[in-house]
Amino acid sequence: MSKLPPDRAEGVFVDFKPAYTPAQAVVEANRCLFCYDAPCIKACPTSIDIPQFIRKIATGNVEGSARTIFDSNILGMSCARVCPVEVLCVGDCVYNEMGVPPIQIGKLQRYSTDAAYEAGWTFYEAGESTGKSVAVVGAGPAGLAVAHRLRRFGHAVTIYDKRSVVGGLNTTGVAPYKMKADRSVDEVEWVLGIGGIDLKLGVSVPGDVSWAELEDQHDAVFLGFGLGPDSVLDAPGADLDGIEGAVAFIERFKLGGVDLSSIRNAVVIGGGNTAIDAVRELVGLGVQNVKMIYRGTESRMSGYAHEWKAAKQEGVRVVWQAQPVAYQGEGHVTAVTCVRMDDAKQPIPGSEHDIAADLVLLAVGQAKLGELVAGLDGVETQWGRIVTDDDGATGRAGVWAGGDCRNGGKEVVNGVAEGRDAAEAIHAYLTGGA
Amino acid sequence: MADLTSNTAGIISPNPFWLASAPPANSGDQVQRAFDAGWGGAVWKTLGTPIQNVSSRFGAIRWRGNNGVGFNNIELITDRPLEVNFREIYETKKKYPKHAIIASLMVETREEWREMIKRSEDAGADGLELNFGCPHGMCERGMGSAVGQEPKVNERITSWAKEFANIPVLVKLTPNVGDILPHGLAAQAGGADGVSLINTIKSIIGVDLDNLVPQPVVGNQSTNGGYCGAAVRPIALHMVAALSRDPRFQIPISGIGGITNWRDAAEFIALGSSSVQVCTEVMLRGYRIVEDMIEGLEQYLASQGMSRLDQLVGAAVPRYTEWGHLDLNYESIAKINADACIGCQLCMVACHDGAHQCIHPNPDGTRVPVIDESECVGCNLCQIVCPVPDCISMVEVDNGYTPATWNQHVSDGATLRPKKGAH
Repeated sequence: MSKLPPDRAEGVFVDFKPAYTPAQAVVEANRCLFCYDAPCIKACPTSIDIPQFIRKIATGNVEGSARTIFDSNILGMSCARVCPVEVLCVGDCVYNEMGVPPIQIGKLQRYSTDAAYEAGWTFYEAGESTGKSVAVVGAGPAGLAVAHRLRRFGHAVTIYDKRSVVGGLNTTGVAPYKMKADRSVDEVEWVLGIGGIDLKLGVSVPGDVSWAELEDQHDAVFLGFGLGPDSVLDAPGADLDGIEGAVAFIERFKLGGVDLSSIRNAVVIGGGNTAIDAVRELVGLGVQNVKMIYRGTESRMSGYAHEWKAAKQEGVRVVWQAQPVAYQGEGHVTAVTCVRMDDAKQPIPGSEHDIAADLVLLAVGQAKLGELVAGLDGVETQWGRIVTDDDGATGRAGVWAGGDCRNGGKEVVNGVAEGRDAAEAIHAYLTGGA
Repeated sequence: MADLTSNTAGIISPNPFWLASAPPANSGDQVQRAFDAGWGGAVWKTLGTPIQNVSSRFGAIRWRGNNGVGFNNIELITDRPLEVNFREIYETKKKYPKHAIIASLMVETREEWREMIKRSEDAGADGLELNFGCPHGMCERGMGSAVGQEPKVNERITSWAKEFANIPVLVKLTPNVGDILPHGLAAQAGGADGVSLINTIKSIIGVDLDNLVPQPVVGNQSTNGGYCGAAVRPIALHMVAALSRDPRFQIPISGIGGITNWRDAAEFIALGSSSVQVCTEVMLRGYRIVEDMIEGLEQYLASQGMSRLDQLVGAAVPRYTEWGHLDLNYESIAKINADACIGCQLCMVACHDGAHQCIHPNPDGTRVPVIDESECVGCNLCQIVCPVPDCISMVEVDNGYTPATWNQHVSDGATLRPKKGAH
C-alpha cells in the first residue's frame, strides 16, 4: 500500500473537534438518555445502535462499544470524524427538543473506535472460503464496506483502484481539520486486516482491465468508483494558470505540498460543502484574503449551515448573488469578472465587476462517470448516476453499485451503508439465496 | 470468550442474568422478549391468589438530575389469573428450553403450597422461589416478609416446599431484619437448595409537599412500599457477603439489589452469587441493557484470566473480614494530579468540613489545592468528590511499620503507627 509523504500541506491543520479524554467521554456518555427506538439511530444511514454504544462507554465496556459501532459501520472511525452529525444523529437527539445541548455522538464514536484501533481490536474474521470471487471497482468507502462484509461471508475479494492511494475521497477529499489522509489510510489497513482482500492499485477499469475480463475472472462485480473530475465554468480565460478544480486542489494539498506563498487573493466559486471546505482550507493554509462567490443568497446555499457558520467564524468573506462570466489575466489569472444575479438567479445586465483573484478554485460539482459503464449492457444510468434497486443491484445480473457513482455524491456514511447492503445482496446471489 | 453458563442450585441458565420476580417478568410476552434480548432466566412475577392493585404504584428518588437512583413500589403479587400465568410459563419454557424459568410463589396454607408447586412443575418451571420477602401489603396478610422475618416460620414453610417439590427451591429473603444470617440458615435448615436476596426494603420514597401526602399517592393517602434500585446495592452486597463468608452457610445464592450493569453484576458474583436478578434498571431502561451486561462480564472474566463464570463466584469473599483483622499500619495518602485538576476545590471543602482538614489552598495562588501529607489520613473523601477521574489517587505509603491488626494489638501488644489527624 502506498505510503503518504510526511510533509503534506494538510499537516498545519488541527482537529476542529478534538478527541475526548476518557473523563470527557464518560461525562458525555452518562448524559445519554438511552432512548428507545432512538431518533439518532434512524438518522444514521448505517443505523448504528447509538444509545447502546454510548451506554457501553458509560459502563467501561469500550471494546463492546466499538464492536456495536463496527457491526453496523466498518468505517466507524472515519465516519466519527467526517459525518455531518449536526444534520444526522446529533441533529435528531431528543435533547434538542428540550433546549439542552445534544449528545456529542460523533465525538463519542471517535472515542470508542480510536480505542479499538489503538488497541488492535479487529473483531471480525473472514468466513470459511466459499470459492466465490467478487471484483470491487474503487477502494473508497463503499468499496471497502462491501469488501469487508463479503470477506466475513467467506468470498474472495479483489479491489481495483486507478489511484495509487487507498480510501478514495476519505483519503483525498476530507477537510483536514476533520481527518487527515494518514488516518484514512490507517483505517483502510485496519479494515484489510480481515485478510484475503487483494488490492490492485494503479489499475483502471475499464482500461487496464476490461469489463469482460473482470466479469470473466469474478463471480460478481461491485461498482464503487465515485465521481469524476471537477466541473468547469466555460468562460473566457478559463485556461489561465491559477484556475483549478476544488476537489483536485484539495487532493493535491492533502497528499503533498502546495506553495501558496505568492497568493494574495483566493476565490472559491460555489456554495456547496466542497466550496465551504475549500475556503476554510485556504484560510487554514495561510492565504490572507479568501472569498467565496456564490450565485444565490445565504439562505439558498446548499452547503450545511453549521459548516458555513464555522467558515464565517474563521474569517471567510463572501460575495452573494454573483456569477463569474470571464477570467482576467495574462498567462496567470488576476481577477474574476462577475455579474450580479437577481433573486431568481438571473444575471442583472450591466452589473459586471472584477474581483481580484490570483487563485480560483471551482467547486461547482463533479462529473458523473456513468459513461464508464457504457460497455456493460444492462447497466443503466440516469443523469450520470448508475441506476440500481434498493440493494444496489444494477440491471445486469451479477453487477452491483454503491457510493457516489450511484447516489450522485453523498456522505461517506451513505457509501458505507450502500456497500454493506450490497454485500448482503451479493452474498445471497452467490449462495443461491433471494 | 469466557463461558457464562450459570448454575444456581441446579438451575442452569446460559448466563447469570435473570429478570427478578417483578413487573418485567409479569407475562409470557415480556419474558419471551427478554430472552430474545439475551436474558438467561426469569423469575416469574409472584404467583398466588391474584390480587387487586392500587393506582398509583411507583415512586423514585430524583437526585442531582437523575431519576430513579432509588425506587419504590407498592404493587403486590400477580393480578392475572393463575391459569393464564401457568399456561404462559408452559409456552415460554417450550419455546426457550435452555433458558431458566423460576416460579415465584406466595401462598399461605400447606395445601396451597402443595398445589402451587405441582402446577409450577407441570408448567415446566426449572425451579421455585419462595417469596418470603415482600415488605408491603402481603406481609400484612401474614405472607412475604412476615414469613421471612421469622426464622421458624421460614424453615417450616421451606420444608413443606421441599417435601412437595421435585425441582430446586430457592428462598427469597427479606432485608428487613437486623442480621440476615439466621434467616439464611433457617432456609438452609428447611432444606432450601439456595437463597435469593435481597427483596425490597420497607420504605417511604417521599412526600408530596403540596398536598402533604406520602408518595406514591393513592387518592389522598399512601402507604409504605419496597425500596430498590441502584441505591440499595451496598445493602444487598453486604447481605450476600454476610451469608457467603459464614462457614455454616453452604447453599448457593442468587444475588439481587440495584444491579444496573455488568460491573454491578460482577461485584455480586465476586461476593458469592451464582446468578443475579435485575428489575429496576430494566423498568427504567428496558431489556436491552443485558447486551452490555453479557459482553462486559465476558470481557471482564477474560481480563481476569477466567474462562468460566464459576471461577468468579465468591472470589472476593476471602478478602471480606472483620474490622479487627484489618491492618492498622497500612497507610495511604491522597495525591492530586495538578495537570488533571480543574480547580473546583470540592476536595478542599470536603476535607475541611467533612474530614481531616489536610487539603489547603495553593500558596502559589493557583486553584490546584495542596495536600498536607503529614496530616492526610487516607480517608478517600477527596477522591470521592473529585469530578475528574484519576485526578486524585490514593497512594500507599511505606511507613516502615510491620502489619498489625487491632486484635493483634490487644492480644499480643503489636506496635501501631502513630495516629494521623487526631488533634
